[in-house]
Amino acid sequence: MKKDTKKVLIADDDPDFLTFMEVNARLLGFEVHTVISQKEAEEAMVTFKPDLAIFDLMMENKDSGFILSHKFKKLYPDVPVIIATAVTAETGLVFGLNTPGERTWIKADKYIDKSLRPDQLQKEIKSLMKM
Amino acid sequence: MEKLVVLVVDDEEGIRSGISRILNNFRVGFPFLEDDFEYDIHEVGTGEDALDFIKNNKTDIMLLDNKLPGIYGIDVLEYLNKNKFDIQVMMITSYSSLELAVKATQNGAFNFVPKPFTPQELKSAMESITKHLFLKRMTNKMTQDDKELRHQFLSVLSHELKSPINAVEGYMNMMKERQIGKSLEDYDQMIERSLIRLRGMRGLINDMLDLTRLESSANNRNIVDVDLFDIAKYVLDTFEPLAKQKNIKIFLDMPETLVVKAVRQEIEIVFNNLVSNAIKYNKESGTIHIKIKEIGNAVNIVVEDSGIGMTNEDIGKLFHEFVRIKNLNTKDIAGTGLGLSIVKKIVEAYHGTIDVTSTLNVGSKFNLLIPKF
Repeated sequence: MKKDTKKVLIADDDPDFLTFMEVNARLLGFEVHTVISQKEAEEAMVTFKPDLAIFDLMMENKDSGFILSHKFKKLYPDVPVIIATAVTAETGLVFGLNTPGERTWIKADKYIDKSLRPDQLQKEIKSLMKM
Repeated sequence: MEKLVVLVVDDEEGIRSGISRILNNFRVGFPFLEDDFEYDIHEVGTGEDALDFIKNNKTDIMLLDNKLPGIYGIDVLEYLNKNKFDIQVMMITSYSSLELAVKATQNGAFNFVPKPFTPQELKSAMESITKHLFLKRMTNKMTQDDKELRHQFLSVLSHELKSPINAVEGYMNMMKERQIGKSLEDYDQMIERSLIRLRGMRGLINDMLDLTRLESSANNRNIVDVDLFDIAKYVLDTFEPLAKQKNIKIFLDMPETLVVKAVRQEIEIVFNNLVSNAIKYNKESGTIHIKIKEIGNAVNIVVEDSGIGMTNEDIGKLFHEFVRIKNLNTKDIAGTGLGLSIVKKIVEAYHGTIDVTSTLNVGSKFNLLIPKF
């Protein structure tokens, strides 16, 4: 493996979105590890040691993404985390990283909506990874 | 206890205080409501003061004299009507003409009480205006609730329809850009997923059609003699291929003929949903036991599977529209989240009942009781 190949861990229980994320991450040159549950993600974050993590918000728990990003940041305080969600479309709830309060309790660096287009997704990842 | 705000508008002080006295301890009740209505009475002497009062205070009922020193009662009424105040008005007047009565009615006055009136006349007029007010507000509230429910339903529905489109569109774009390879085989899995999502979408549309059919035929149902044995056989034949795929055995235990008065399509929808769920949420090589028998004047239908089961928390949500039990066991099972809410609607249309018992990893048992007539 080349020394500068970055690794991304993607957790999502929606297989279609998982594929979408995986393909886009590969196009950006990432080595990709995908998992389909919070439980698997908790194991993988220890063994896979990613340079970027993308967590779906609602998996087996409604707040899986929050829990994962919290645990992830304890292990790797400096590795960026993205939370992806369709929660706004599904429930009408709107939240993000806009207020200091939200930034304190949501440990993610970025918050993206699942209706994102591929180019937008790639742009978000690039800016977060300073690529 | 709800207090209704009543404004008495009359230039004669004696009349005002008389009305206040009569209504002070008066209450109006409904047999179906726990609490009575009470009145919180305010008095003014002119139409101008009345308008001032209602602009600053939420007012439910107005007792309005026509002949006032400044603007007349009918002018006040016109103002209320024009500005859409939700106030019920009772005209109290001694010089009543037909012209006034017509004009007042046109402007939404609820009733007329001629002066002089007895306490009993006033009380019965108050009773009828209070009932009118209550029913009118209840109707408004119910239409409002209905609209909200409808809106909620439509917004979830459009999300459910959009999400397969997004997925298929995403795959199509990846293929168009040849993102993961040059040959078609590279995209086999994406094509398979696209087909699964499209099938799910068709299922949703079929369920929607079932729902609209149920709603539009609610007043015009074609109730005939229906043999449950025929329907059970027909549905089992339809689902046999699906059951075979998972090597599931289905046992049917029922009399060779069992006739009920029903709409055939509706009973088919019930069986379709119960049997397809029992297959979808079953384990490989599982079993399904369907038992149908008469209990008194009702038919008891039991569908029991040896599937993945549910928690009590899941059961509580099961019959709501668009609820799907989401966990690792169900993530590959296509469903719309509408089926059981439709089943419940149908069962209720027959004044029947449906309940579920379930054990996680052991199976679920749906128990229906439907009156035969």
